[in-house]
Amino acid sequence: MNPTGFLTPFFAFFGRLGRRFLMFLQAMGDATVLSANALSHLLRRPWQGRHFVMQLHALGVDSLVIIIITGAFTGMVLALQGYYTLAKFGSESLLGAGVALSIIRELGPVLGAFMVIGRAGSSITAEIGIMRVTEQLDALQMMAVNPKARIILPRIVAATIALPLLVAIFDVIGIAAGYLVGVELLGVNPGAYVAEMMAKITAHDLNGGWVKAIVFGFMIGVICTFMGYRSEPTTEGVARATTQAVVIASVGVLMVDYILTSFFL
Amino acid sequence: MIRGESLSKTFGDIQAVKPLDIHIREHGITAIMGGSGSGKTTLLRLLSGLEKPSSGHVWFASEDLGRIPERRLFKLREQMGMVFQYSALLNSLDVYGNVAFPLHEHTNLDEEIIRRIVMMKLEQVGLRGFEHLMPSELSGGMAKRVAFARAMAMDPRVVFFDEPTSGLDPISAGVITSLIHDTVRKAHMTAVVVTHDVHAGLSIADHVILMWQGAIIASGSPDDIRASEDERVRQFIEGRPDGPIPFSRSTRPYLDDLLGTQP
Repeated sequence: MNPTGFLTPFFAFFGRLGRRFLMFLQAMGDATVLSANALSHLLRRPWQGRHFVMQLHALGVDSLVIIIITGAFTGMVLALQGYYTLAKFGSESLLGAGVALSIIRELGPVLGAFMVIGRAGSSITAEIGIMRVTEQLDALQMMAVNPKARIILPRIVAATIALPLLVAIFDVIGIAAGYLVGVELLGVNPGAYVAEMMAKITAHDLNGGWVKAIVFGFMIGVICTFMGYRSEPTTEGVARATTQAVVIASVGVLMVDYILTSFFL
Repeated sequence: MIRGESLSKTFGDIQAVKPLDIHIREHGITAIMGGSGSGKTTLLRLLSGLEKPSSGHVWFASEDLGRIPERRLFKLREQMGMVFQYSALLNSLDVYGNVAFPLHEHTNLDEEIIRRIVMMKLEQVGLRGFEHLMPSELSGGMAKRVAFARAMAMDPRVVFFDEPTSGLDPISAGVITSLIHDTVRKAHMTAVVVTHDVHAGLSIADHVILMWQGAIIASGSPDDIRASEDERVRQFIEGRPDGPIPFSRSTRPYLDDLLGTQP
């Protein structure tokens, strides 16, 4: 009898784990190479200006409604929860500062990123995947048009520019909605709400929010375009790539959020 | 015109194209024929530079397509056109936009001149008047003809056709076949046509290459192929189910699968 026979399942488990990890590393490397290749076309002719604007519209303007709704309800819930917590300590006047800091530092960039992933990121992956299935990417190559410059680059740049702008709108709407609930419904002093907010928010808080939004936007662009570009050329392959893109981008945002928060504390 | 030397392509464990030499002659039609899975589409993608060979070289205009920088490859592709099996029209553009696409990308022509060229190409394929339709509104035959017009828009030196008649009714297939024949002859172009349509392949080609299991098993003029006594060639052109080209791929014994026994 093989003396190490009882260890076989453990070896198999760690073997599978190792293979998965190597596949993950390879995918990270492939995504880096693809995005670096696409970004190398940023300053090269032909300019992709018209395509940037089109993607900025698709990612930014078309996501506006969902961002406004999410921002409003986030601010309202924060005001409700914050009021009942602060009331226990007699500190209702800090409500404005609490709502604004939570939104600017954390909830704006993270929830804004989730909304863009769900609404625009998934459609980027599906669109590019379908172009792969229907040989449109090959057709572009045969018409001497580089798909990395034409398809990948404008989407990465548009996501990097659009998300900070959407997050800024999210922040303003969220703080305004918090004001409505806190001041108009719950009776917090309006002067205290605004004054405490202005006193407690620093440029450091705003910069942290901006940096997070820019990094998340870039991540969403890279992950969603890469997953679509390398999706299997089948309908199941595109569906799988779309799901994976949403999951990986969402988890990635949370992980990177932790790292960035530890830097900006 | 295009030459492949010791050309091969492997996907994982599968050797789609075994090492082979191929020469595509200028100003003529070369048909690459063979059954499904014989490696003909992979060979076409190698010749057009869409796939990098696992080994060997593809020479086009004295340049090795597998080894030149990406920018140079895209420059050379301005001399190429391709009609894909499922047409591969850009979904976001209408018929006019699709045919005008290469002209907008690679020329500085006035929009009025581009419009005239597009109308000329659409007239050639019998689709003038349909320029505002979207790809989703076209039948398979119409989409193939739009793809044909798009491939011809830049008057390329060489055009690749991947299964141009598959999935089409006999009339549409005949239209596409005669379009390829007439256009290539009149414009002195070079065409490489991948097809399993024996009738179409033998009727329009100057040179025929027959593939099986990733290798070239016969090549010559259509008359040479018709007169071939190679059993594999005869089975293919006569469409016989029995012969040296098997219906099933070699695998483990059927009984082992039925009884669930390990060989």
